[in-house]
Amino acid sequence: QKVTVEVLDHLERLALVDFRDAEGVERLQKAIQFADQLHEVNTDGVEPMDSVLEDRCLYLREDDVTEGNCTKELLKNAREKVEEYFVAPPGNIPLPKLEERETFLQGS
Amino acid sequence: AARGCGGLWRRAWQRGAGGPAPRGQRAVACNARGGAVPAGKSGLAPWVPVVGLEIHAQISSNSKLFSGSQVQFAAPPNSLVSFFDASLPGTLPVLNRRCVEAAVMTGLALNCIINKKSLFDRKHYFYADLPAGYQITQQRVPIAVNGSLSYSLCIDNKMSQMVTKTVRIKQIQLEQDSGKSLHDDTRSQTLVDLNRAGVGLMEVVMEPDMCCGEEAAAAVRELQLVLQTLGSSQAVMAEGQLRVDANVSVHRPGEPYGVRTEVKNINSIRFLAKAVDYEIQRQIEELENGGIILNETRAFDSKLGCTVPMRDKEGKQDYRFMPEPNLPPLILYDAKSLPANMNHQQVVNIDWIHERLPDLPSVKRAKLVEQYGILPEHSFALLNEDGLTEFFENVVKQTQMKPKKVVGWILNYLLSYLKQHSLTVKESPVSSFLLADLLNLLEKKEISSTAAKQVLAELWKGEGKTPLEIVREKKLELIQDEKELEQICQAVIDGQENE
Repeated sequence: QKVTVEVLDHLERLALVDFRDAEGVERLQKAIQFADQLHEVNTDGVEPMDSVLEDRCLYLREDDVTEGNCTKELLKNAREKVEEYFVAPPGNIPLPKLEERETFLQGS
Repeated sequence: AARGCGGLWRRAWQRGAGGPAPRGQRAVACNARGGAVPAGKSGLAPWVPVVGLEIHAQISSNSKLFSGSQVQFAAPPNSLVSFFDASLPGTLPVLNRRCVEAAVMTGLALNCIINKKSLFDRKHYFYADLPAGYQITQQRVPIAVNGSLSYSLCIDNKMSQMVTKTVRIKQIQLEQDSGKSLHDDTRSQTLVDLNRAGVGLMEVVMEPDMCCGEEAAAAVRELQLVLQTLGSSQAVMAEGQLRVDANVSVHRPGEPYGVRTEVKNINSIRFLAKAVDYEIQRQIEELENGGIILNETRAFDSKLGCTVPMRDKEGKQDYRFMPEPNLPPLILYDAKSLPANMNHQQVVNIDWIHERLPDLPSVKRAKLVEQYGILPEHSFALLNEDGLTEFFENVVKQTQMKPKKVVGWILNYLLSYLKQHSLTVKESPVSSFLLADLLNLLEKKEISSTAAKQVLAELWKGEGKTPLEIVREKKLELIQDEKELEQICQAVIDGQENE
């Protein structure tokens, strides 16, 4: 099964990735096929595992203040700042619709 | 305890121009007894409103949920931000034990099942105040599930008949707060302060068991009192420590639930009631006019008293939930499962926490009623005001007057004075000692009740005079001498005869 254009467009919008060309899409396709091999294993009655670290102990920190107070350093990363605030555009700028943007996906 | 009210609504006024509900029109309260409300003169079939709530309570802790930066309201922008909070590469989340304990306490107080194993997930979306591009939350297996909260309402405005309701708690989950965005429309930009980013939140999800603004407000008020009693959150709405989103829909009896809307931007308990009632009426009007309800998010405009669609809505969000790979499952223990060799700093013991829970508001009220013989509605009023119960108990200790009478003085005179002058109990110019002193004079029949009110009015001035001094100054003593009384009566009678 191929990944549809709708799904590719949805992914580009949600993750802001750019599949750029046929090769990019093919790479995605291959990655999905690779992961699909998991379906060949019979997992009836087996609890899903999300991480090989699942048996590790989740470390709990004491509620002490040990960090912060580094405004200057953090703001060095800001392209634009106003007093001590980061500056961002007024709202999210969503990706234009498929028909309205220049993308390889249009041709598919 | 009735679950939901089975309340049925009818369009309460003539169809207007489609604007906000006319002022002065008191929203029809739900029928608390749950019986069917007849269709009435207009012949319209009734509607069943359904209200659910999602409440975010900021955890009261020194540091954040996954980092060691400080939690504090109103600090210089971006001064309480660690590298992790700013999502700089190479940083990892480290869970704060105090936040786990706060969630367990809250879960236990709300009669939840505490999940001994709960998981963390990432919820992805882009927004300038969410530097990582995702929020760490508990979507699959939250820390607590299936609880309940009982709350009370007064039917009739008289405060004389209270009815108890219950709302089911679907779950409580731990999650990160986002930073704050300040919109600067003139310069077409947003200023971002990450001080709040990463602060621990408990999201409490209440099932749609409520049917009107009054019930929603009462449930949230009770939750607020519970959280404050536990200390797990200070739950002050004005400081953003308690945020409520309402989910509202209406349907015909016997039919499936209608499309629901989500209402946000509710900044006080009073506005919660208004927003919910407005939205219910808006939906009813829309449907009765042949329209449809969109599954959308609306914002409450407190100035206009109505809800408006929120702009910047990019259709239904796909959050692409995935397990948080940097955090193993959170395991909680109880007395039975406690491992022998573990470092106790690493152990959260549910039973230990349970044993140390303070008396919840409902228990405190029952104790007040039992101990002092006051009415349940009095106990509600006492607990509703910070410090008032303590004040009441202090007065009772220092006076011979019966608690039932004392409570009347406190609720009718002390409280109304404080409210008029926007004072808290702690700021009261009349201390419990002075009030007790005054009530003793009344109890010993040295002054009349009218005189006592006059003395109280004088005491509010806070000039440092004692009640006895004021009584003497204003000559308010009741005359006890029989001979003197006889003379006065005789004089009055003689005076009458001469006319």
